Amino acid sequence: MRTLRQPAMVIPSLIFPMMLLAVNAGGLTSATELPGFPADTYLDFAFAFPLMQSAMFGATLAGSEFARDIENGFLNRLALTPMSPAALLAGLLSGVVALALIQATVFLTVGLVIGVDIKSGILGVPVLVALSVLTSLGFGCLGTILALRTGSGEAVQSFFPLFFVGIFFSSISLPRNLLGGGWFEAVATVNPVSYLVEGMRSLVITGWDVQALALGFGFAVALFAIGLLGASVSMKTRMERT
Amino acid sequence: MKALFSVAFAVAGRQLRRFFGNITFLAPAAFPVFFFAAFAGGLSRVGEVPRFEFAAGYTAFTFVWALLQAVAMGGAFTGFAIAGDFENGFARRFLIAAPNRGGIILGYVFASLVRTTFTGSLVFIVGILAGMEILGSGVDVFGLIGLALIVNVAATLFGCGVAMLLRTQQAGPLIQTPIFMLLFLAPVYVPLELLEGWLQTVAPLNPLTAIITTGRSFIAGDPTGVGAAFLTAVSLVAILLAWAYFGLRSAERSG
Repeated sequence: MRTLRQPAMVIPSLIFPMMLLAVNAGGLTSATELPGFPADTYLDFAFAFPLMQSAMFGATLAGSEFARDIENGFLNRLALTPMSPAALLAGLLSGVVALALIQATVFLTVGLVIGVDIKSGILGVPVLVALSVLTSLGFGCLGTILALRTGSGEAVQSFFPLFFVGIFFSSISLPRNLLGGGWFEAVATVNPVSYLVEGMRSLVITGWDVQALALGFGFAVALFAIGLLGASVSMKTRMERT
Repeated sequence: MKALFSVAFAVAGRQLRRFFGNITFLAPAAFPVFFFAAFAGGLSRVGEVPRFEFAAGYTAFTFVWALLQAVAMGGAFTGFAIAGDFENGFARRFLIAAPNRGGIILGYVFASLVRTTFTGSLVFIVGILAGMEILGSGVDVFGLIGLALIVNVAATLFGCGVAMLLRTQQAGPLIQTPIFMLLFLAPVYVPLELLEGWLQTVAPLNPLTAIITTGRSFIAGDPTGVGAAFLTAVSLVAILLAWAYFGLRSAERSG
């Protein structure tokens, strides 16, 4: 709720991904002329970008807000109450879910208005939202771990470019078979972000691609599980220290 | 005139000692290098799009944008440093002590130019290591470097104006965002002729479009629109110099 009460923090996470989508859609439309390009328009192809980017924004936002609680001693005061660390973690992550739901709703609404054609139809929309929220949860856990480990909002913010590297060194801009076969394709293939993006994208440009969805949800669940485990351990350590 | 330069050298000297005394002076180069690697690596096949004609190849095509981003962000980072000087009170002491306050702006511009020479060279080295082809002659490369330096001066003056007007580091996004917007509203991935939709309408109005297009033509060894690009760049400097002085006057009035 605290994050949502600060429009200056929420609005950029809604505007920047849409702006980059608009720029990419205008700038890379000619890429659809490449033989083997899988979508009719670059707008459809790139629609996974804002969803993915907002997950990263969510992670940074959740992490830096929580780090501020640590910095200003709020966590210390919470530690004196009977509140369990698990409840605190659940509360933090429910904030990430709320923000992700708002972002996904806004992006889908704007996307449909500007002409994104979702091939999986109306049933694909909740699946797309679910994958997007699950991805946000995974990255939200990573942001929480950073906050707990560093206890500094500035340190969490400084990890933001690293998240950005994760997005750009994936198959976000072109499908993997069009990445040219060099080092970039190798990096994109081992980058889990590629599979998250391809899962979301498949619902928009292909329809129901079971393999892409299984890989997308598989990596999202794995990221969330590992992140949750890491966040729980970090929370326990931080509470003991507190 | 002597007072102007003595103040400028004093400000520049202090700024440079601060820049090179901290590894973060490389930060403005980090993002352009990252974007360059992502675009040259991940979008290399875009160079095969029908009607995409650029003799030096896609790596060189994206390099020019990355270089201009590096020099423009160098200017923005100087703006952050100026805002920091106002926050910690140093700039006020400068204002009191300087016999010619225009020298303060000039000093920051000198420092930014030295700094950007360093970070720009770094981007150049990365470009050459990435196999960028330079078809232009030495004169063409100097033309590109000249454009880049003027863009750096323009960005520094912009950052200077905002920083002196607001005198807080919270002005950072106000310095960085317009520069980022201008960079992305130019032909980043493909030439102007291949842009589509709203970007096709907006990009020709963006002053950076002419500069980037001419910069690319220098690398390709076929300079085009040189006069227009330099005129645009110099006009930007003239307008933003007035803006920087406006910021300086505001800082003077605030005491």
